[in-house]
Amino acid sequence: MLIRTPNPIKSSEITPRQVYLGRREMIMGAAALGLLPASLRAEPFANLARNSFSASEKPNDYKDITHYNNFYEYGLDKEDPSANAPGRLKTRPWTVTVDGECAKPGTVDIDAFLKESHLEERIYRHRCVEAWSMVIPWVGISLGDWLKRFEPTSKAKFVAFKTLYDPAQMPGQRSLSSFHWPYAEGLRIDEAMHPLTLLCVGIYGETLLPQNGAPIRVVIPWKYGFKSIKSIVSVSFVEKQPRTLWNDAASNEYGFYSNVNPTVDHPRWSQAKEHRIGEFGRRPTQMFNGYGDQVASLYAGMDLVRNF
Amino acid sequence: MASIALPRVQVVRPLAHLLCALPLCWLAAHAALDLLGANPVEKAIRFLGDWALKFLVLTLAITPIRLLSGWSVLARYRRMLGLWAFAYALLHLSGYVVLDQFFDWKNIGYEIVKHKFITAGICAFILLLPLAATSTNAMIKRLGGRNWRRLHYLIYLAVPLAAVHYIWMVKAGLAQPLTYFVITLLLLGCRAVYVRRR
Repeated sequence: MLIRTPNPIKSSEITPRQVYLGRREMIMGAAALGLLPASLRAEPFANLARNSFSASEKPNDYKDITHYNNFYEYGLDKEDPSANAPGRLKTRPWTVTVDGECAKPGTVDIDAFLKESHLEERIYRHRCVEAWSMVIPWVGISLGDWLKRFEPTSKAKFVAFKTLYDPAQMPGQRSLSSFHWPYAEGLRIDEAMHPLTLLCVGIYGETLLPQNGAPIRVVIPWKYGFKSIKSIVSVSFVEKQPRTLWNDAASNEYGFYSNVNPTVDHPRWSQAKEHRIGEFGRRPTQMFNGYGDQVASLYAGMDLVRNF
Repeated sequence: MASIALPRVQVVRPLAHLLCALPLCWLAAHAALDLLGANPVEKAIRFLGDWALKFLVLTLAITPIRLLSGWSVLARYRRMLGLWAFAYALLHLSGYVVLDQFFDWKNIGYEIVKHKFITAGICAFILLLPLAATSTNAMIKRLGGRNWRRLHYLIYLAVPLAAVHYIWMVKAGLAQPLTYFVITLLLLGCRAVYVRRR
């Protein structure tokens, strides 16, 4: 597989360090004074490596990334997750169970994971199925590298992910009764193992905030955003294609693959263009969200209209 | 009594206009202070559409409320509410054409044909156009009361279409758009019952 590395991002295009350090001091100061609950605190990571897959576009503002979210466990409006998730979602203690078709199943504690992982920053384009997009500097590690530790067997054809199920922490799981909670997503094993697929724990060099899927989530930059499941507690290697929440809810609108594709419209709206948050008007959407060079070969010979 | 009722209307009418303009003022103030969030265009367009639908439903509610309560004075505010509904609908559509699509007529045409929620919305708006255009006393006189009333039956089509436009737009959370739709059907049902009794 040919993997091309895009041009390195210019440092002038990134939020200046003192700007986000200043904000960080303010946040940490408020946290120290006890003004913020524990789950509201974003903590900085040390020694982040910049990954060569990083996009050269300017990342969106931290405020927009953390206040314009789809996380239906906390409400339907974009501002709901930032209003409702902090203070409700308890991110410690937190474990992720890995099981299914693998030789070494196990349970991973988030703090142990953070201690032993060589985290890197990856600036990815993020394209929502609702036709808006952002550029986000995520922090994490390659999901595939992590999955290999559990030694998946030849029967592991797919990977199934689940979000925490706890209506006391996630009120939407009670009030939005038309969905099959918990949130569930899945990838084909080769998609999960692809070097672009990220097991994510942070944004802008700091831990994820609850509204962004703290403490740990998945990011698949060439698929619509809803595939990038938040606040995961379970990862299973499975033989059959797993069920996913959105496919259950409306299978004609949200396919299992959900690769970003400007030529296949959502039944109710166009996917040809997108509104980049922070910009005026709409820009054309790129095939596989601009990651075709890296991922198109995964779908060679597949009918992408039928397998939308 | 008439000498008392008349000044009351003269006082209430400007107040009512002010009340109808409040959502617009809220929007303008929030836009000016950059308080519309990460996607101000979407926020503004949805806000305007939401208020257009609210005013349409309110306009439809006037006659049933008048018949049930006997407050004939309400009839004086029906045209005003209808015109405010049209104003919000016009701003909602303008927001889509100018801020969202930036005059991309080719794409707008494609969306109208291809995507049923846009189709329903534009149809509802087109049905409102002749109603707004014939809202003056002079036009009522020109058309004659009977023809004018017949023409204005179009609102019975426009409001449910606008509600369907909303239902087809949302990804999840049908509660609110369905509420508008059910209220619209109830208000139309009131009329059907009243017409049959007469």
